[in-house]
Amino acid sequence: MSPILVGIKRVIDYSVRVRVKPDGSGVVTDGVKMSINPFDEIALEEALRIKERNLASEVIAISIGPAEAQQQLRTALAMGADRALLVQVEAPVEPRTAAQVFLKLVQKHAPQLVILGKQAIDDDNGQTGQMLAALWERPQATYASKLVLEGARARVTREIDAGLETIEIDLPAVVTTDLRLNEPRYIKLPDIMKAKKKPLDVTTLAELGVAPVGLSIRVLKFEPPAVRSRGVMVKDAAELVAALKQRGVL
Amino acid sequence: MNRALIIAEHFQGKLNPSTAKCVSCVQAIGEVEIDIALLTADAGAVAAEAAALGGVRRVLVVERAENAEALAALQAPQLAALARGYTHLFGPSTTFGKDLMPRVAALLGVGQISDVMAVDSAFRFRRPVYASNAIVTVEAPAGSIVVATVRTASFQPAAAAGSAAAIERVQVEATLPTHTRFVSRSAANADRPDLQSAARVVSGGRALASAENFKLLYQLADALGAAVGASRAAVDAGYAANELQVGQTGKIIAPELYMALGISGAIQHLTGIKDARTIVAVNKDSEAPIFEVADIGLVGDLFQIVPELERLIRAAG
Repeated sequence: MSPILVGIKRVIDYSVRVRVKPDGSGVVTDGVKMSINPFDEIALEEALRIKERNLASEVIAISIGPAEAQQQLRTALAMGADRALLVQVEAPVEPRTAAQVFLKLVQKHAPQLVILGKQAIDDDNGQTGQMLAALWERPQATYASKLVLEGARARVTREIDAGLETIEIDLPAVVTTDLRLNEPRYIKLPDIMKAKKKPLDVTTLAELGVAPVGLSIRVLKFEPPAVRSRGVMVKDAAELVAALKQRGVL
Repeated sequence: MNRALIIAEHFQGKLNPSTAKCVSCVQAIGEVEIDIALLTADAGAVAAEAAALGGVRRVLVVERAENAEALAALQAPQLAALARGYTHLFGPSTTFGKDLMPRVAALLGVGQISDVMAVDSAFRFRRPVYASNAIVTVEAPAGSIVVATVRTASFQPAAAAGSAAAIERVQVEATLPTHTRFVSRSAANADRPDLQSAARVVSGGRALASAENFKLLYQLADALGAAVGASRAAVDAGYAANELQVGQTGKIIAPELYMALGISGAIQHLTGIKDARTIVAVNKDSEAPIFEVADIGLVGDLFQIVPELERLIRAAG
């Protein structure tokens, strides 16, 4: 049996109404609630269920982020991860740097699976899993809504625009999670106490031997989205249909 | 001169409209020669469909048996090989393109710009982040290939060309892995458009009051050729299935027409629909927040209004 690696990203909680800073340098994060990226929570839950069926040796939670991301890793440990690793960075890294980090870690831990969220709800890039799979030269199963392990293979049902697609992949592989894969467990108080004793290591890109490669895509500015304005009110169904025709929608 | 390659998305012998939208996006770069890459087991009519898109110079067809199903692990090495010499490589931000393009970018050793919604220049683009609660302007480095996915809701499909582009069959030197195999595919609702990509969506909220009443919505949706969605409140109450949930924790959609019926308009729901082209709201409460964002609003009883809408739309259709 081999381990499962899970990515845990610290992001602004999904219930927070995100606001752009007036100077356009980013979004407001002061005093804002931070959480585990919801898709990463699903990834961790799936890994834990596999381990609970005695199909994995351990679950390692990995975060790339600021020192404060230790909070999210402690939460991951309380959910049931066996140990955690923070790759501490000063500024957010691009997906391909994140993929380089995970590549180093798969070389070290030889996992059967790396389970990541299909995207993080902050930058919404949705790239890291696919990039890791390319660099690792292994299969990818993105947008997973069902994962069945069959020895050295896995059957993964994927949520695609047209419906559901099932593929078979050889292990090791990268799986990225969609919303319907599972419902993450709630954390019980004794688990929080236990999590305090679990190992949480901190490392850096330099220690891992990852140098940001090549030229990078620069973010120049943040802007609030165009605001929708209130439209017209109509008085009955006939007027509504007429208004739709006038807008060329019907 | 920029040289752009666009990956064609196709299924069962038909070109997906997302390809024509990618062409529109790439045309906005200006000073650009556009080629389309078609990876397929049998080019059939799809190559001609792609060649008919306006502004396209060549359609490069790679025909091999392994391309019978669009598997990213098999397509990425072929696309990476084809991309040599191009300044831009674009694909749609559909589940097909989102799965494939980052894998290609990694093989090419570059980053990717996801969900391009506007083009400022050949290297500068705008894209949504934080579930479209912020828009960032990003710049790709000049001197290496720009890999991007195109947010299809932001672009109109390219018009048909006066004359068809050249169709060229090409060989690609790439060893394809065998570690990934297609098993099966099932359409969630074969008789109705997919919620994520539908041009029209009819969505219901808690005011429908029962799963039985949701059938009213389905009849209206059928009249419109629309997909059906639901608010989180309606899903939590058990009136509609989970996969129909529209909103930040469900599906974020951008149809041409979104009809919110009996939906009050909680923030998390509005996040999921704010990029719809036209929003229609029907609600009995004139103070409902949905009216703040609706293009067309109607205050009234949806149990009377929805059947009447269906009748009028069928009569007009």
